[in-house]
Amino acid sequence: MTEKKQTILRTEQLQAFYILDMHGTQKVVKAVNNVEMRIYENEIYGIAGESGCGKTTLLKALFNDIVPPLRLVGGKIYYRIGSEEVDVTMMSPEEKRRLRMEYISYIPQGSMSVLNPVLKLRETYEDFIGSHVSGQSREEIFKLAHKQILALGLPKHILDVYPHQLSGGMRQRVTIALASLMQPRIMIGDEPTTALDVVVQRGVIQMLKNIQKNLQNTIILVTHDMGVHANIADRIGIMYAGKIVEEAPTEQIFNQPQHPYTRFLIDSLPKFGDKNVRSSVPGSPPSLAELPSGCPFHPRCPHVQEICTQQMPDFSQMGENHKVACWLVGEGSHG
Amino acid sequence: MDKLLEVNELTKQYSQGNVLARIVITAADHVSFYIKPAEIFTLAGESGCGKTTTAKIVLGFEEASSGTILHNGKPQTRKEKVWITEGVQAIFQDPFSTFNPLRTVDSYFFETVQNFRLAKTKQEAIALIDQKLHLVGLTYQEFVGKYPNEFSGGQLQRISIARALVTDPKLIIADEPVSMVDASLRMSIVNLFKKLRDELGVSILYITHDLATAYYVSDRIAIMFRGNIVEMGTVEQVLMNPRHPYSRLLRDSIPQADPSLRWSDTVTLAELEQEEYLRKGCRFAGRCPLVMDICKDVVPADTYVDDVLVKCHKYSNQ
Repeated sequence: MTEKKQTILRTEQLQAFYILDMHGTQKVVKAVNNVEMRIYENEIYGIAGESGCGKTTLLKALFNDIVPPLRLVGGKIYYRIGSEEVDVTMMSPEEKRRLRMEYISYIPQGSMSVLNPVLKLRETYEDFIGSHVSGQSREEIFKLAHKQILALGLPKHILDVYPHQLSGGMRQRVTIALASLMQPRIMIGDEPTTALDVVVQRGVIQMLKNIQKNLQNTIILVTHDMGVHANIADRIGIMYAGKIVEEAPTEQIFNQPQHPYTRFLIDSLPKFGDKNVRSSVPGSPPSLAELPSGCPFHPRCPHVQEICTQQMPDFSQMGENHKVACWLVGEGSHG
Repeated sequence: MDKLLEVNELTKQYSQGNVLARIVITAADHVSFYIKPAEIFTLAGESGCGKTTTAKIVLGFEEASSGTILHNGKPQTRKEKVWITEGVQAIFQDPFSTFNPLRTVDSYFFETVQNFRLAKTKQEAIALIDQKLHLVGLTYQEFVGKYPNEFSGGQLQRISIARALVTDPKLIIADEPVSMVDASLRMSIVNLFKKLRDELGVSILYITHDLATAYYVSDRIAIMFRGNIVEMGTVEQVLMNPRHPYSRLLRDSIPQADPSLRWSDTVTLAELEQEEYLRKGCRFAGRCPLVMDICKDVVPADTYVDDVLVKCHKYSNQ
């Protein structure tokens, strides 16, 4: 991995807040707060964190799907399309629509509610292809869909059934097949394996890995299950209270976690053959509407210092590709 | 041996379809196990393996097609509600649907105290409730008058455990108690189970699909597959050295939080769940890597290997 990888998606001081108007008083939920990230071509990037840390909102923002009450308060999102970088926050709805599923696609969590229950999957596929491809090439794409279904190990007859006839795992795999049909450069998955059984989850993870290998594209995957991240991700970003607090290649996150929160996350997981007492992360996640001052983790942090309560640290570079935002590690510098 | 709960040959069948095309699905097929006092017993398996059906029958929510349930040696039937008054409580999967969002959580505690006549005055009731909340790391002051939406999922699950403890139960039936709780907060619930077992002598029937927490917390474990218990023994024996091919598959499919333990081989998934229920021989035969001819026709018998029950032809031949 010595060669410099091409950046495909980049954010600059991204701030996306939910602005709610409740009985005349304004409530601001800071779900994505100053996120700076750079995601490369041909990699699987994992985003981990507890529920309510803003993971899903960050994905929505990266997918450029910012609709009220979610508002883009500041910052920019760039995609690299072809050879030039495009600021997608300025795009018109029509331009956005054209990018979706063809350049960037989304794999949702609840496959139950994604597929239309009164249409056979064949019609869902036709709908999908019809809205993205025009003219005679539709036939070709449909043939491609057939081929893809077989290549992904799904049964042949799958196009002639209704969604309710399939098990949850099969439905999720069909959803992923649809999301990868147009060979997008970026695929975004929001907890795509969370509601599944363990053996099925393993099958779905395998499928995602295979797709990524074949298309050589980028997958951004959100899940709170560190076990899934350990199995699939190349790099991991740890998110806490709307901010990325640590980012490193997978091995480094697991072997040398630097941020106290990351250490808690990893140490709280039970392992086979090890019955030593483990404890949860102390306390509970803060409300994104009333963030604590300074570093948002300080009320739960065992190493809290005075400066932590006053100021949020910048990223410190810990060797190549490893950055941490914590006062324990260093003062931090922009870079 | 003292047995707090004994389940013998429990069978539950559901029928599907109409008069012309009826299929009978056996959700629990001759399930037998027992729980000793002060023991955590895990019933593990994937969805559709019959673990929740078994729990529902034990709790009396469903009637068994056949089989008996003994509690302290006395048979239980659904009509006599001896069961509930003799100290069995349940905890469910989703703490947010356990509590009515329009009622304060403390009202559930007072209701339980009243139903079981555990206190004479309100002061006594508050003292009792406070004592139970202390066991789960909360206090009466911080919870009184609050609605369920003011708590996090982990807190609410601990509150529902405290609610279960109000009647001093000897057995708690916990159906997937951690699967809706964040992975980072699961340990607080699971450690609580250990504490209840060690300090109060409470037995727990822990129903889960998460083998990692099962290994961490329980004494004995039964792995279920499509209505059958396929392997049962101590957690060390079953999870560190799984004998049944299905237990092995299940164990190896838990994603380990260690990038050096990534999966290298591929798995075959079941195409149709129904097909596996209706299979004539061993229900795992369609996906088993060690499948033999006999597996497709004959249901394997329960065999004991080193005190571990294994339901597989590979072991019954020896």
